[in-house]
Order: sequence, then C-alpha cells, then structure tokens
Amino acid sequence: MKPVLKPGRERAAVVAPDATPLEVRGLTAAYREKPVLWDVSFHVPEGQLVGIIGPNGAGKTTLLKVVMGLMQPAAGRVRVFGQSFQKARRYVGYVPQRGSVDWDFPTDALDVVQMGLYGKLGWFRRPGKKERRVAEECLEKVGMGAFAHRQISQLSGGQQQRVFLARALAQDARLYLMDEPFAGVDYTTERAIVGLLRELKAQGRTVVAVHHDLGTAAEYFDRIVILNRHLIAEGPVGRALTRENLEAAYGGSGAFIGDR
Amino acid sequence: MFEVLSAVLFDYTVRNIALGSAILGVAGGVLGCFAVLRRQSLLGDALAHATLPGICVVFMLTQTRVSLWLLLGAGLSAWLGALAILAVVRGTRIKQDAALGIVLSVFFGAGVVLLTLIQQTGAAGQSGIDRFLFGQAASLIRSDVITMGALAGAALLVVGVFYKEFKLLTFDGPFAASLGFPVRALDVLLTSLIVVAVIVGIQAVGVILMAAMLITPAAAARQWTDRLPAMILISALFGAGSGVAGALVSALGPNLPTGPLIVLIATGVFLLSLLFGASRGLLWSQLRERRNRAAALSGGGA
Repeated sequence: MKPVLKPGRERAAVVAPDATPLEVRGLTAAYREKPVLWDVSFHVPEGQLVGIIGPNGAGKTTLLKVVMGLMQPAAGRVRVFGQSFQKARRYVGYVPQRGSVDWDFPTDALDVVQMGLYGKLGWFRRPGKKERRVAEECLEKVGMGAFAHRQISQLSGGQQQRVFLARALAQDARLYLMDEPFAGVDYTTERAIVGLLRELKAQGRTVVAVHHDLGTAAEYFDRIVILNRHLIAEGPVGRALTRENLEAAYGGSGAFIGDR
Repeated sequence: MFEVLSAVLFDYTVRNIALGSAILGVAGGVLGCFAVLRRQSLLGDALAHATLPGICVVFMLTQTRVSLWLLLGAGLSAWLGALAILAVVRGTRIKQDAALGIVLSVFFGAGVVLLTLIQQTGAAGQSGIDRFLFGQAASLIRSDVITMGALAGAALLVVGVFYKEFKLLTFDGPFAASLGFPVRALDVLLTSLIVVAVIVGIQAVGVILMAAMLITPAAAARQWTDRLPAMILISALFGAGSGVAGALVSALGPNLPTGPLIVLIATGVFLLSLLFGASRGLLWSQLRERRNRAAALSGGGA
C-alpha cells in the first residue's frame, strides 16, 4: 500500500468501539480577557441527537470551536472518543454556520461536497471518480442530486445548508458537530435535516448541534445541553428542558418559550 | 504604423519587455485570484508598498544594480510588512484594514525617505532605483526577465501543488482546520506567494501600482466564469495580455510609462468584463432581468 500523507493524521488513533463520543470537563474559554465559557462539563453518549441551546453569546459556537481545537481553552479538557480531538478527528464531521463562508465563491455544489473528502485524500491528491461518486450520493441523500452542478450562490439558503450537510455526510463520521443547521432554512430543508438526523441516529452515529429554536428542540433532540456561559442543565430532553432551566438560561419570564 | 509595429515586435529589447510584462501578468493574475477571493486585495497593495525600504536598503549597502539582490531585499521587506500586519491584528484590538493602512504608509514612508537619501548622494542617476516607484519595463534586461520567470515559475508550481489545499483554505478555513490541515502555515505560504508575485512585478509596474495587477485581472476574470480553475486561467490570460499590450504601446512612443499603461489596459479589460462578462456581466443580467419581467407580466414562465 502506498503511504499517503494525511493532514493531522500523524498520530491518529484507533478508538474503542464503545468510547464516549464527546466528553467535556471543566471547560473554561475566553476571548482575550472576556470569559465566554465557565467550567462547563457534560458528556454525550453514543447514538444520541444532542441539542445545545442558550441565548446569543452563551458560548455555543465557542464550545464547538474549543472541542475541535480551533480555539485553545483557558482550562479544562475535551475528549473525543476518549482521545484528544487531534487524534480522533477522522471520526468527526463538522457543519459550520452557513453564514461563515462566502457563497459567491466560484464553485458548484458537487465540488463543495467533495471537500468533505479532502481529509481522507490527504495532501496533494486530487478527488477522482470515486470521490465524485461519493459526493453525488451524499447530495442525493439530502435531496440535492439535481443541483450538483449549480453555482453555489444560485442556491437558496436552505439548499446551501443541505450542501453543507452533504459535505459532512461525505466525511462519514461517527460524531457530527453542527453549528445552527436549522438557522434560516425553509420548511423543506428543515424536514430534510430532521430526516437526516434520524437516519444518522439509526446508524448509531452521534450528532451534537447548536440549536436556536426552543419550540422544536424537544421534538428534534434526545438530549439537551443548556448553556449560558455556565452550564445550566444537561441530560435527556424530558429532564433538562424544563421551564426553570430555560428561565435560568434566558432570564426574564420565559413567556416566549410557551408552556412546555 | 505597420512598420513601427513590426519593428517593435521584432526588436530584441521590446521582446524582453513584453516577455517580462507577460510573466508579471501571469503571476499577478494567478495569485491575485486567491487574494481577491480571500478578500485580501489590499494585502497585496500593502505588501507592494512595503517592498520599497528593502530595495533601498539593499542598494545602500551594496550599490548593486543586479535585480535579483534588489528583489530579495524587496521580498524580505514585504515579508516583514506581512509579519507586522499579523502582529498588529493579533496583538492589539486594531482591525485588519487599519493594520494594512498602517503598514502600507509606514513602510512606504520609510522607503521614500531612503530613496531621497540615495538621490542626495547623487548615485540615483546611475542606480535607477526610482524606477521601482512607477516601474520601468524599458529597463528590463534579459537577466531580469530570467529572474522574473524563475520566481514566477516557482510560485506557480507551488500553487499547482497546493491547489486543493489553497482552494479549501480560501473557501472555508475553519473546515480545513477541522480536517487537520495546518491553516496557519498554509496562510503564511499563500501570503508568501503573493509577495513573490509582487516582487516579480515591481520592476515593470512599480510598487505603487502593483496591487492593480493582483486585483484587476482576477476581478475581471470572475465576471466570465463560476469555476475557480477557469477563473485562474482567464485571470492569467488577462494579466499577460495587459502586460504585453502595455509594454508594446509604451514602446511605440517616447516617454510613455509602461507600468501605468499596463494598469490602464488591465482596467479597460476589467470594465469590459464588468459590462459583457458571460457569467455575471451587467449587460446579460440586465437582459435576463428584462426578459424575466416581461415573462412575469405576460403571465408566462412558471
């Protein structure tokens, strides 16, 4: 077998089949002197759909960034399948916020999805026929097969989100980290994403998604992590998603949450 | 007219100038695509201006006229400028645009002071150092062209090797980082290649206008295509074409400055692309809009 240079794979580890997908312990993170996360601890069991909710500025995106090593924590540690993220990254797929990239970039949907395979391809190797086929299958799975060659700026917001999901599917990960996958999407896309999450769960994969819509959180997720810089609550939806916890996180009367 | 043109085309000096200008056009056109897509157009401008003190210092120390040494000084100085920008952005609350402005003006100011010092020693007449301000393609000799070609060739080779990685970095840096690509190192590499493109061009176009050769062909090429490989190719062609055309026009008459002419021609290409570009030119989108409106009014379409 020809040795292939893989980015960040030098010290890749084989993880135990029953390892906990994500464990966060005593995590504290700050932008300059401004603390964003304070002593946050929780763990995510395998095969669960986990929603991270909390008000704006609660540190949800920061949490994902720290988990993926894109930002250094001030204290605490993160374990992904019992390893450091650097060693376990090939088991992790990532869906950034749709607004984090410039969709005017000159490329098409199929090319974006193939980017999900760049980690496996490693340095210098270009995607070929096989990668193209995988990418086409992933686009089909999110109902975007007909848009493979569409310039990405010509896709609707929901379609762009589905392209990002297809790219994550191409990563064929065991743990998916998603930043606001439901933000600003149309009804069709929302249903498509929900279906996809359930399919991933049925395959035994784990999803951790930052979510902003309290009205749907209980329907879409098995477990909830409520953040507001501190960890407010975490656990199965029935236990964690209570009125008291939401009031603690969002403050005020919590009337907008509805009776739940 | 024809005789003038043919004399110009087959003249050895003019061929040197045209070849050098074509090389600078290709290097600027290719690297400019990444600079423009990463919204770093002004980085090229700051780095180009930041080359001037390096050129002057090398000349003051060595009195050399060999362009390779002067360009090495230029590259080093631009590199320091890039580091200064990074240090300001990371170490303070000052944002990127202000950091670019600070580095551009401080380095260029220092360069002009050094240039004045050189001119006062009277060596400037022979040195021709001031040609780096606005560029003087007419002064390009064979060895200059070879140096430019080697530098540009090396830069393009690196772009070819890291094409996939650069594309991913440009489109979605955090995703690239999540896959394990060392985005900071790739960022430094890409910025260094932009420095190389700048120093390939400054002899012919000058430090003040060099940024135009990074930005204009790339922005023009974007009007014709929605694919990155095609954009890079078209940008390289536009850059080379503008370079050659500018060099030839300036050779037609006395005292026609090459650098500004190249930039003006590139700008003309850009304006035409903006109007007629196949992918997003204003003309076609106007026509499309009108057709759609007509279809909607007549109850046709969907």
